[in-house]
Amino acid sequence: MSSSPNTLENLATQEYKWGFVTDIEADAIPRGLSEDVVRLISAKKNEPDWLLDWRLKAYRHWLTMKEPTWANIHYPAIDYQDIIYYSSPKAKKDGPKSLNEVDPELLKTYDKLGIPLREQEMLAGVAVDAVFDSVSVATTFKEKLKAMGIIFGSFSEAVQEHPDLVRKYLGSVVPSSDNFFAALNSAVFSDGSFCYVPKGVRCPMELSTYFRINAKDTGQFERTLIVADEGAYVSYLEGCTAPMRDTNQLHAAVVELVALDNAQIKYSTVQNWYPGDKEGKGGIYNFVTKRGACRGVNSKISWTQVETGSAITWKYPSCLLMGENSVGEFYSVAVTNNYQQADTGTKMIHIGKNTTSTIVSKGISAGHGQNTYRGGVKILKSATGARNYSQCDSMLMGDQCGAHTFPYLQVKNTSSQVEHEASTSKIGEDQIFYLRQRGISTEDAVSMIVHGFCKEVFKELPMEFAVEAQKLLGISLEGSVG
Amino acid sequence: MALIEIKDLHARVGEREILKGIDLTVNAGEVHAIMGPNGSGKSTLAQVLAGRELYQVTGGEVVYNGKDLLAMAPEDRAREGIFLAFQYPVEIPGVSNMYFLKAALNTVRKHQGLPELDAMDFLNLVREKMKLMDMEQTLLNRAVNTGFSGGEKKRNEIFQMAVLEPRLAILDETDSGLDIDALRIVAGGVNALRSPERSMIVVTHYQRLLNYIVPDFVHVLSEGRIVKSGGKELALQLEESGYAGFGIEDEEEAVGKR
Repeated sequence: MSSSPNTLENLATQEYKWGFVTDIEADAIPRGLSEDVVRLISAKKNEPDWLLDWRLKAYRHWLTMKEPTWANIHYPAIDYQDIIYYSSPKAKKDGPKSLNEVDPELLKTYDKLGIPLREQEMLAGVAVDAVFDSVSVATTFKEKLKAMGIIFGSFSEAVQEHPDLVRKYLGSVVPSSDNFFAALNSAVFSDGSFCYVPKGVRCPMELSTYFRINAKDTGQFERTLIVADEGAYVSYLEGCTAPMRDTNQLHAAVVELVALDNAQIKYSTVQNWYPGDKEGKGGIYNFVTKRGACRGVNSKISWTQVETGSAITWKYPSCLLMGENSVGEFYSVAVTNNYQQADTGTKMIHIGKNTTSTIVSKGISAGHGQNTYRGGVKILKSATGARNYSQCDSMLMGDQCGAHTFPYLQVKNTSSQVEHEASTSKIGEDQIFYLRQRGISTEDAVSMIVHGFCKEVFKELPMEFAVEAQKLLGISLEGSVG
Repeated sequence: MALIEIKDLHARVGEREILKGIDLTVNAGEVHAIMGPNGSGKSTLAQVLAGRELYQVTGGEVVYNGKDLLAMAPEDRAREGIFLAFQYPVEIPGVSNMYFLKAALNTVRKHQGLPELDAMDFLNLVREKMKLMDMEQTLLNRAVNTGFSGGEKKRNEIFQMAVLEPRLAILDETDSGLDIDALRIVAGGVNALRSPERSMIVVTHYQRLLNYIVPDFVHVLSEGRIVKSGGKELALQLEESGYAGFGIEDEEEAVGKR
C-alpha cells in the first residue's frame, strides 16, 4: 500500500494535540503509599469516619492482593511507592464556590481542550463536571439540574452533602476487594463524579465528566457513582486527556452504575489518554473497573466506549443483569497504534429471568499495536429465557500488529440462547485502491473504511460526541497505512 | 484527437513480466475492445492504466490528455476523468453507497472547478441515473457492494460511471458473471454513455458483450502484446475460429489477474 511519501510523512508527524502541560501550583503529597497516606487523603477531604474506615479496609485488603497477570498486556513492573497519590491545583480559598472563582489557568486549560466550562459557551444540553488531577474543579448547570432533583457534581461534595446516598451505594456494585486495581482505587480515590436521578425523572441533558491528568508522576484514581432511581433515565459521557510525558502514569478508576426498576443508564466513554510516542515511550496505564447493576425489573444499562488513547488499556465495562427483563449492552471501538496495547471487553452476568445482553466489539490494530477482546457471558441457572448476542470484529492495518479474541461463554440452563460471531479482516489494499480509483485520497479512503467498520458503535454515541469520536479515530490512525 | 496514447508499455508483477510492449492510441469518442485469452494481460493493462501499484511499470509511456499518466496517483487519474469499471468490485462494509459516491463525485467536481453538489441535488442526479440502470433505490442505502449479487455489483459499477461521467472509461470484463438480461441492462447503460467526447476501452474475453456494445476497433492481446487489430468484424472472426484459430493458446488458468 502506498501513497505519495510526503503526505504520509506529514501525517506521521502529527502529534497528540492534548499533550500540553498547565503551569499551575499544585498541592501534592509526598510520593508513596501507606496507611498514613490513606488517612491524609481522607483528612484533606474532611471525610466522615465510615468512609475512612472503608478506605482503610480496602487498603489492608489490597496489601494482600497481587497484580493480575492474566491479561494479554506486557509492561514493566509498576512501583506503587513511586507514585504521588494526591495532587490538586492550589485553590485561592477553600475551593471554588462558583465558576468565577475557578483559577483562570484552569478555565484556559479546558478551553484549549475544547471543553468550555463557562455555561454560556457550553454545548447546549451538556452539563460537565471537570476533574483536574485529583479534584473536581467545576460543575456546570448544577442549579438547573438541582431544580429537577438531580444531583450531579463532584464525589467529594456528594460525600459532604448526601452522605446517606453515597454510603448506601458506594462499593455496592464494585466491592472494595473486587480486584487489585479496584482495591487500590477504593483506598486512595480522590474525587470523581456523583450522580443521582430521582424516581421518574428523565435527565434532560447529557451529563459529562472530563478527566484531565496534569501533574507529573501522579496517579489518577477517580470514582464515579451513578444511580438511576425507579423509572429514571440518564445519559452520561466521560472524556479524558493527559499531557505528553515520557514516563508512564497510572490511572486506576472505578465506575459503578445502579439502575433500579424501569431505569435506564447510558454511559459513553471517549478515552483519549496520552498513548505514548511512536517508539512506545510514555503514556498512561489505564486500569479501570467499570460495572453496572441492573437491579430493577426492565432496567437497562448501555456501555459505549471509544478507546483510542493510553499505552495500556485494561478495562471490562460489565453488567449484572439481576432484574427480570433487564438489558445490558456493550458497544466498543478500541484502537491500538504504534506500541499501544489494549485488553478490553465486557462481562454480562445474567441472573434474572428473560434478561438480554448485546455485545458489539470492534478492534482496530495498526503499527505494532496489540488488541485483545476478552468477553465473558455467564447465564446462571436462575436466568431462564436469557439471551445474548455477541459480535467481535477485528481489523488489521499492516503486518506488525495483532488482534486476539477470548470469548468465554457459560450457560447453566437450557432455555437460554447465546450467539457469538467473530471476524478478522485486513484493511485491504484493494479496498483503498477502489476508493482512490473514484478520486478519493488515501487518507479519506482509510478513514471511510474504518468508519464503516465502526459504524454500529458510533451510532450508539450521543450526536456531538459521535462526531468527536470519528475525528479522534482519524487522528489516532493517521500515518498508519503506508 | 488522441485522448490516450500508450507507447511500448511494459509492466510486471513481482518477477513476472506481463505487458511486453503495448502500443495503443484511442481518440476522443472511440470505443476500443481489447480481447484475448486468460493470462494475455488484458486486466493488467486495465489496472496499470488506473494506477494499481501492485504492478510495476518497467518501460514505455502513456500520454493522457497531454499529460504523463504514469506519473499520476490513482486518485489524480480518476479526477482527470479516468474510470475503471472493476472486474471484481470490492465490498466496503458500513460505508453507504450514496455517501461514497457523493464523496467521489464532489472530489472530482472540485478538481474540475465545479461547485460541490448538496444532498438534494445529488439525490436528484442519482435518481435520474438509477433509472438508466434499472436499479432499485434501496441499493443506494446499502453498504458499497456489500452483499450485492454479481449482477448488482456490475450494474453498480456502470451506475457509478454514469454519475461520474468520465472522459475515458475502462471496462474490465464487465460481462463476466452476467446472465443475458443483466448483460442487456449493463450494455444499455454503457451505450447511453457513449458520446463524441467520451472514449472507452472495453476488455473482454468473449465476443458476446460486443454484440451489445459495438466497438469501433478490436485488438487481440496475446502474451502481453497486441497481435492483431481491426474493426468490429475481427471480434466475429475470433468468435468463429476461437483464439486457437489465431494461433493463440488459451490458458484456462488466470494468470496476472488480480
